[in-house]
Amino acid sequence: MSFSAVNILGTMPEIYLTFFGCILLILETMVPKEKRSWLAYFTIIALVFAMLASIGLNGKGLPLYSGLYIIDPFSNFFKITIYAAGIITVLLSLPYLEQEDIHFGEYYAFLLFAIVGMMVMVSSGDLITLFLGIELMSLCFYVLVGLKREDTRSVEAAFKYFLLGAFSSAIFLFGISFLYGASGTETISGLANFINNPGALKPMVIGGMILTLVGFTFKVSAVPFHMWTPDVYEGAPTVVTGFMAAAAKIAAFGVFLRVFWVAFSGNRHDWDLLIILISILSMAVGNLVAILQTNLKRMLAYSSIGHAGYALMGLLLPNRESLFALLFYAFTYVFMTLGAFGVILMMRKKGVEGEEISDFTGLHKSHPVAAFAMLIFMFSLAGIPPFGGFLAKFYIFFAVIHAGYTWLAVLGVLFAAIGAYYYIKIVMAMYMKDPQENVVFHSTPMGRLALLVTAGTTMLLGIYPAPFVTYIKSSLALFVP
Amino acid sequence: MTFLTVPILTFLIFFPMAGALLLLPFRAIPGSEKTVRILALVLTCVEFLISLDLILGMNQTSYRMQFTEDHPWIPFANIHYSLGVDGISIVLIIMTTFLLPMCVLTSWKGISTRVVEFMMTLLILEGIMVGVFAATDFVLFYVFWESMLIPMYLIIGVWGGPNRLYATIKFFLYTLAGSLLLLLVIISLYFVGGHTFNIVRLMGQHYSMLFQEFAFVAMFVAFAVKVPMFPFHTWLPDAHVEAPTAGSVILASVMLKMGAYGFLRFSLPMFPDASHFFTPLIFGLSLAGIIWGALMAMAQEDMKKLIAYSSVSHMGIVTLGIFVFNYQGMEGALMGMVNHGVTTGALFLCVGVLYDRTHSRLLSDYGGIAKAMPVFSTMFMIFSMSSLGLPGLNSFIGEFLVLLGTFRQHSALAVLATTVIILAALYMLYLLTRVIWGIYSPREWSLPDLNRLEWASLMPLAAMVFWIGIEPNPFLGLLHASVSHLIGQVQGVAPLASLR
Repeated sequence: MSFSAVNILGTMPEIYLTFFGCILLILETMVPKEKRSWLAYFTIIALVFAMLASIGLNGKGLPLYSGLYIIDPFSNFFKITIYAAGIITVLLSLPYLEQEDIHFGEYYAFLLFAIVGMMVMVSSGDLITLFLGIELMSLCFYVLVGLKREDTRSVEAAFKYFLLGAFSSAIFLFGISFLYGASGTETISGLANFINNPGALKPMVIGGMILTLVGFTFKVSAVPFHMWTPDVYEGAPTVVTGFMAAAAKIAAFGVFLRVFWVAFSGNRHDWDLLIILISILSMAVGNLVAILQTNLKRMLAYSSIGHAGYALMGLLLPNRESLFALLFYAFTYVFMTLGAFGVILMMRKKGVEGEEISDFTGLHKSHPVAAFAMLIFMFSLAGIPPFGGFLAKFYIFFAVIHAGYTWLAVLGVLFAAIGAYYYIKIVMAMYMKDPQENVVFHSTPMGRLALLVTAGTTMLLGIYPAPFVTYIKSSLALFVP
Repeated sequence: MTFLTVPILTFLIFFPMAGALLLLPFRAIPGSEKTVRILALVLTCVEFLISLDLILGMNQTSYRMQFTEDHPWIPFANIHYSLGVDGISIVLIIMTTFLLPMCVLTSWKGISTRVVEFMMTLLILEGIMVGVFAATDFVLFYVFWESMLIPMYLIIGVWGGPNRLYATIKFFLYTLAGSLLLLLVIISLYFVGGHTFNIVRLMGQHYSMLFQEFAFVAMFVAFAVKVPMFPFHTWLPDAHVEAPTAGSVILASVMLKMGAYGFLRFSLPMFPDASHFFTPLIFGLSLAGIIWGALMAMAQEDMKKLIAYSSVSHMGIVTLGIFVFNYQGMEGALMGMVNHGVTTGALFLCVGVLYDRTHSRLLSDYGGIAKAMPVFSTMFMIFSMSSLGLPGLNSFIGEFLVLLGTFRQHSALAVLATTVIILAALYMLYLLTRVIWGIYSPREWSLPDLNRLEWASLMPLAAMVFWIGIEPNPFLGLLHASVSHLIGQVQGVAPLASLR
């Protein structure tokens, strides 16, 4: 371990954000309550700074701190996407937090610390670093989920998330101890070397792998460790839900990918079947149960379970296609899901959030632009061209068929057709039913900007994806030979 | 061939979409409905006139893709933005652009709420439909094919009838489920057919029989839902009944053709062996569709449902013609597609004319219309006669050619298929008797005869009915080269050997 200049420069974005987060905590005590919006602008500036720093570091594949930390285009891709998600979240949160009367300065600090946690996750070259990242992120989310202290749902969600999250972390840590016990190392590359070695201690490794898999599937909310998702998504303040669904999920996917593709690539055949099983179950549970939901946030929670199932299929084959597919899927998913939650949080019914599907009836008549944005998100989530969601699913199926799992693709397609039903139900409510008078759509310039960015990106990803595709391709360059 | 230095196919796809954007500001101006309608009409007419350039500029003796464009679109997996048309697609594109002004005209009075949005949706839909027929990259085709669902869904769902929620969901899920299987075939073809999505290059490959069979079946589902063939047709009557007139016209005249186009463009040339293998199945389903559609049509009380079921019957003839694999059958099927587009579109327009006046489509509400609306009745009769295949009118040409082609292959099948004409005569004459003839009972509604707009929307179609019926050769001439090449591909022989 050395604190040389290279190491510090390489982790500059993380250092920036931690620093800014601390500053925010101090500022929060000094800024009067009416001027709290300054904190939001400050957060955005911090994120833009970090983004610039990360872009500056792009193209360098650096193992830092003796391999504990890796800065490569792959991690930078995830970081930049997470910053984007963070900026959009801040744009969305300003009016929302005030309406809900939960506009605390700590919110922004926790947001930044959660982002740092995610950055540590996707950059970790070592399982302990990874664990630190996961814990940092999760601790922030436990607080953020329970931000609505007066609301029992929010508190219940926070408590549930905390208990289950702590369990999953413990299991994950237990898995790491197995792996360490077998191999004597906890760096990802060291593990890979050990597993590729034919004389590897198989049962121990498999035990450790399964336990870490449990931790990861919990974080990406895949079946059978998805139970927390609907309750937490429903109870949490909607901005936090959106941020969790978008950023936390793709960070978890990033690290899932790194661990399983690098460390466990040697015993791929031990976990292939497990992933297939988890993926099928996630698609089935996510898409089927979502049909029954009347609360939109719960519905999107189940839909996110289903989407995790699709994305997981990208883990199956070690080639560029599937890696690309997974990254593209995650990238697209961030924008469409954040946008969808953005529309939800702007709906107000008698002073509280209008999060029931019935609150969306006739939105087209009263707020055509918002309805159109929601239409884009819904069709994109359903995987209908010309929106990004289609291309994301296309690449997943492309990779799966390339891997020879055509039957899996057929199943995926089947569930996609079922899943389309509940997305269409929202569009139907918005466009084909008469409006309810007591629901108002409350938007601010910043919120509208956030919707414009998410909806625009979702459309652009389907119509002219070339720049994004080139960028994602370039971020794979060092990761896959 | 370019127009204003934009390649013509790109222009035809994006001109209506740009036009839709042009209409957007009118949302803010109250009372601008009339301007919007006129603008939409002008835009669709301009689109039609420009699309005629395809005929003028095409090389009728070549089966190759013409007016081609090719640009890399998505740099991963080699997806291109490539367009091109041959005789078959040119005919279908022109039919699309020809029908759209009628759709605008029929919506003049029929659509009174959210006019700007309606016209925008219609224009975007037009661009997408042209794209479906012009795409020569399989992924691009799929993007157009699938995104077409969204505007169609909105047209039925927002401006449709009382039971539209059920109809739209059924329509959407049916077609979506069908097309998703097509997506898997497209991806598999990429890996089997030499890492390309280019349709022309994929046609040039030979695929193993096993792959052909699987791929054919999956594709068949996608296209059979659109056509719609017999067991997959149940979404059609519901969608037609709930759709506004313009929606019905587009659905019947253009969207149903896309299924048949899919068979011609993809199934036959790419999987010729499987096509031969599955012909008995297709024949059976086509026959079932012909007879079942006709019988169902006879039992309907609702005029739109009657015409919808007659579509099932007529499209059965089209699929039959495609799969007899000879020159007459194939050209008859293509003519049948055009004729069905013209005639059924016109019939839906006629029903729309009546519905605008009475708000009823039930046969029992009508009778003796000929007294009140003589001009309309004449028009209605012309189109009904065309639909039942009266010689001298358009549908006869297509159906006769198909039956001729079928007779060369299987005489018994041809005999059974002939029922299409007999049964069509039954239900169309029944429709005429109930609506036009009989005792005129004045009701609370008034029945003025056709106004100028309706006249303008029906007249071009009536002209087409006679033109194709009397002198079909200009239309057939567009198809010769492409059809003979297609037959060559299916029969595995040199293109010109099978010419007559």
